[in-house]
Amino acid sequence: MGRVFFFIGEGLRALRRSAAPGLASIVTVGVTVLLVGVLIPILQATNGKNNDVRDEVGLRVFLSDVSSTGQPLPAGNIGEQAAPAQVNELRSELQAIPHVKTVSFVSKDQAKQILSQRFETENREDITAQLPGHRNPLPASFNVTPDDLSNLSSVRAAITPPGANGQPSPISPLIGDIGESRDDAKTITTVSSAIRISLIVISILLAIVSLLLVANTIRLSIYARRREVEVMRLVGATNWFIRWPFMVEGLVCGLIGALVAIGLLFLGKVVVLDPLKHSFQWIASGHTMGFMPLALVLLFGAMAISAMGSGFTLRRFLRI
Amino acid sequence: MRKVTKVYPGGHVALEHVSLRVDRGEFVFLVGPTGCGKTTLIKTLIRELQPTEGEVLIAGRDISSLSDKKVPQLRRRIGTVFQDYKLLPSRNVYDNVAYALQVIGTSRSEIRRKVPDALRLVGLADKVKNFPDQLSGGEQQRLSVARAFVNHPPLLLADEPTGNLDPNTSIGIMQVLYRINRTGTTVVVVTHDREMVDKMRRRVIALDQGRVVRDQAAGTYTADDESTREFAARLRDEMGVDDERPSY
Repeated sequence: MGRVFFFIGEGLRALRRSAAPGLASIVTVGVTVLLVGVLIPILQATNGKNNDVRDEVGLRVFLSDVSSTGQPLPAGNIGEQAAPAQVNELRSELQAIPHVKTVSFVSKDQAKQILSQRFETENREDITAQLPGHRNPLPASFNVTPDDLSNLSSVRAAITPPGANGQPSPISPLIGDIGESRDDAKTITTVSSAIRISLIVISILLAIVSLLLVANTIRLSIYARRREVEVMRLVGATNWFIRWPFMVEGLVCGLIGALVAIGLLFLGKVVVLDPLKHSFQWIASGHTMGFMPLALVLLFGAMAISAMGSGFTLRRFLRI
Repeated sequence: MRKVTKVYPGGHVALEHVSLRVDRGEFVFLVGPTGCGKTTLIKTLIRELQPTEGEVLIAGRDISSLSDKKVPQLRRRIGTVFQDYKLLPSRNVYDNVAYALQVIGTSRSEIRRKVPDALRLVGLADKVKNFPDQLSGGEQQRLSVARAFVNHPPLLLADEPTGNLDPNTSIGIMQVLYRINRTGTTVVVVTHDREMVDKMRRRVIALDQGRVVRDQAAGTYTADDESTREFAARLRDEMGVDDERPSY
């Protein structure tokens, strides 16, 4: 036990005496932890959003409007919504297709309502106000989701099997167009994985930089205390006995740096993030880990990096 | 040492077939011009350097075959004193000596018992709170002797312990080493202070260009029962140093 106190005492004594390099490595570790602490939740949020998008991927089967006689009109013409009987018949047909998980109907009125709501949240009610009251240009549609994303194309092919002339022709004359949210999903996935990869690369680079800086601090410290090390060797101190105070020094740098950064992160969370939670849905989306687990991960990560930095340098520079 | 040869990288031969034997309790001087291999010889004794050829035996054991892990154990049994003292400037007299015990894991109570004894032996008992830069050269060297001896090693090596000191202070250091030798510790002193060596009347091994060129008692051996006070008085008398200082 006495030895442990001796090592801690020696490590702290060294930090007090060579404050400048110690401070430099505390600041580096602090900045790294701060950035990584911001990056981890962003990474998790983009990942979560990505998964949400994948879950929502499906087909939108747009229905053509019908004339007063019930005949489907060519695309672009505004008419009435198809009769409930026709709609239900198509719904049953769609549901019968293999690998279809859900089929939900969005009527012309519902489509208009959804659009109005969207514009309302953006304070652009003026746009929907311009829609002619009795003539709704938005088509009715079915949202068809497959049981798995990989089955999307087979479902699509089942809805539009090749006709007599070899061209795909829909299973019902009511079907006007088929939209796929896979293209949007692809774009989102590509962008978010690009973001994710760059964030991971940045985090790794930051970790390496702080590792090297901690290593450099320890190197300076060894240089400043080479006389002490020489005396230790002369009087028969074991290698580990010589190394421990330096390890303690590195660990203390890591600990202080991490604690300062975690304090700043907490401040940022309380002052900036929490008030914004109501305005930005993804902040409150629940994809990110809690603050305490994050703080613990950062703390142990920083200490591990500092200990590694010290360890590498000691191996290189303290050949006994 | 049996036929020890040390060749440095680059081809410089520092020691060439050096064979010598120092018995337990002896007081030996190692002399020779600068660059003759004295310091190399001391370094091979503490396994700071490995000989290129030959064997270095301490207490019958070949230390060149020791594993690196065992080297600290060897060094704990050898006290070393250097010309430049190698003191820690940020620690006071007491802590400098205590440090040597702390690093080998001595208990606190033992440190409290041993450090004052060692400081009393070298005459620094009243300066425990002073820092090295508040001590004279002779006092700093005595402090370094106290640190080397605090663990009561069976062998004490001193590399030019009086190199930077005036004759009277040098006598004080020699007196301390003589006193340590009288406790049964083998003492090997490297020096080029010929006059001191001659007056001490102890065994002298002379090195030149890495070879032993002389190994004999200087003058006549004096009786071992000469007290440290008598020893210092005789030295001062023979070297013509008048200033009588308190003996340690």
